[in-house]
Amino acid sequence: MALYTFTPQRDNAWIWLPILGVLLAFPVVIKNEYILNVGVLAGIYVILTMGLNITNGWTGLMSFGYAAFYGIGAYTAGILATRYAVPFWLTFPAAGVVAGLFGVAIALPTLRLKGIFLALITIGFQEIVFLVTLNWTSLTRGPMGIPGIPPPSLAGYSFSSNRDFFYLILALNVMMIFVVSRIMGSRVGRTFIAIREDEVAAQAVGIPLFRTKVLSFVISTVMAGVVGAFFAHHAQFISADSFRLDETFIVLTMLIVGGMGTLIGPIIGAVFLVIFPEAARFLSQYREIVYGAILVLVILFRPEGIAGIPGIIHSPAHKKGREAAMQEGATR
Amino acid sequence: MLLQQLINGLTQGSLYALVAIGFVIIFGTMNLVTFAHGEVYMVGAFMGYFALTLWNLPWPVALMMGMAAGWILGVLMEKIAFRPMRNVGHMPPLLITIGMSIILKEAVMIVWGAENRPVPSLYGQTIQLGNSQISLLQLVIMGIVVMLIVGLQLLIQGTKIGRAMRATAQDHEAAQAMGVNADRVFNIAFGLASLLGGAGGVLVGIYYNAVSATMGGTAGMKGFAACIFGGLTSIPGAILGSLIIGVVENLTVQYIASGYRDIIGFLVMVAVLIMRPQGLLGSKMRVV
Repeated sequence: MALYTFTPQRDNAWIWLPILGVLLAFPVVIKNEYILNVGVLAGIYVILTMGLNITNGWTGLMSFGYAAFYGIGAYTAGILATRYAVPFWLTFPAAGVVAGLFGVAIALPTLRLKGIFLALITIGFQEIVFLVTLNWTSLTRGPMGIPGIPPPSLAGYSFSSNRDFFYLILALNVMMIFVVSRIMGSRVGRTFIAIREDEVAAQAVGIPLFRTKVLSFVISTVMAGVVGAFFAHHAQFISADSFRLDETFIVLTMLIVGGMGTLIGPIIGAVFLVIFPEAARFLSQYREIVYGAILVLVILFRPEGIAGIPGIIHSPAHKKGREAAMQEGATR
Repeated sequence: MLLQQLINGLTQGSLYALVAIGFVIIFGTMNLVTFAHGEVYMVGAFMGYFALTLWNLPWPVALMMGMAAGWILGVLMEKIAFRPMRNVGHMPPLLITIGMSIILKEAVMIVWGAENRPVPSLYGQTIQLGNSQISLLQLVIMGIVVMLIVGLQLLIQGTKIGRAMRATAQDHEAAQAMGVNADRVFNIAFGLASLLGGAGGVLVGIYYNAVSATMGGTAGMKGFAACIFGGLTSIPGAILGSLIIGVVENLTVQYIASGYRDIIGFLVMVAVLIMRPQGLLGSKMRVV
């Protein structure tokens, strides 16, 4: 069994159950707020990377505007929570809905383009959203950002420590991994992969190309939106600077390093790239450079990433391996 | 006021054009997109800054040094990132250049700091035109840009290497079969594009009296927007796109709000890609 085929199921529970157990016990053993905060951050990036993987990895759409939807989710939650005192449990789905609506609005005109042109137009939208966020002061408070977003609370208990947030993001991660593995195992997920592998063939067997692409895009933006809401309530302060193109590139790096088009790749990539610069303390000042260097090295020497499908980003050297992988029926 | 904004816009647009033409050269010959071009321009600007302030050199020498820095960086980048990635599609080289742009920007930020660095101003004299004025510096900058563009055209149309570039752009395999060293042509094309980017950086530094590590990002994006206007493959289209973006930006500052200045380039980019992805002056090519 190759790493890229791994999906948590009942028959391989001996692998993932102990990992889950360790994660559940983690905050009990480790009391250090800083380390727990790194854990929460890793959880946030795992969901972001899984979401970007839906379009860029599974469906083969090169979308580069991902941080905008993360920001839209965070701002939806921030504005609802600070102005209308809406609790987290409602801002969370609301952020998903709003990000999803923006996703539809942006997908409809852009997804007719392909490849590099899709990448460019999504970057264009990304920057437009950023500049509007920065300048629409009456709604977003512009460069001042939104402070004082209350932490989530449940039946009188307020999620204030990083331990609480760690459990919350862990629960979200488990939920998202379950949902994504279900989607990708379903007919819908297979249509995504069919489009990535060969659009013409996919269309020929009756897959509605455009509608499926829009669906893929929207699922990905909803994931960014909900995790944006989590981020807003965790950080308690948001500003437009957190949702720039650089953020998209960070998530993209995690996706490439982990491996596109697999369930396990984004998890590995996000966790590795969040923890690695923190663990190697002397590197944490150079975090971004480390990301850039890792991205360059991975593309040059292992383009499919740590757990990727061989040849996923179309390098001929790996074409053979990819064909073999397809025959194994292993790309899910 | 309108004339004044027009003058300022054209100056600014001519500076965007230097970046945009670089994208066109790279896309035109290699059919690839680079994301590190803005950072090449930033490195050129820093080179110019050091030459002008630290070493007290005259500005033409600073300009030459910025161009040389761009050339060297471009040639190196082509060798490292693009040569091993030939024939693998758009994405791997694009991703590599994202990595390189991050490395260059952060490295400059760590070594020289993130703040703006002041560049001394030149040619402050102004010429009165009705109730607007044009500074000597603006004339000098536009003159240099025109000279660079004319020089590039002469090179592309009139020299052996230019002919090799045009042949490679049309069909690099056929060109190679005719004895053109395609690797060398790609390398030179990348170097030329980066040289123009470096020149743009130096001139921008002088024009705005400042350089900074983060100046590459927006400039790169505006260059992109401008060359999408021309369909990614047309140099006149990229120049026209740059001038239009420059002028509209200045009108936006004047009549709408200064905060929305940078949005113009992206609006143009999105609108052109939606309505006419092959660009307004671009040749017909498949993008959808």
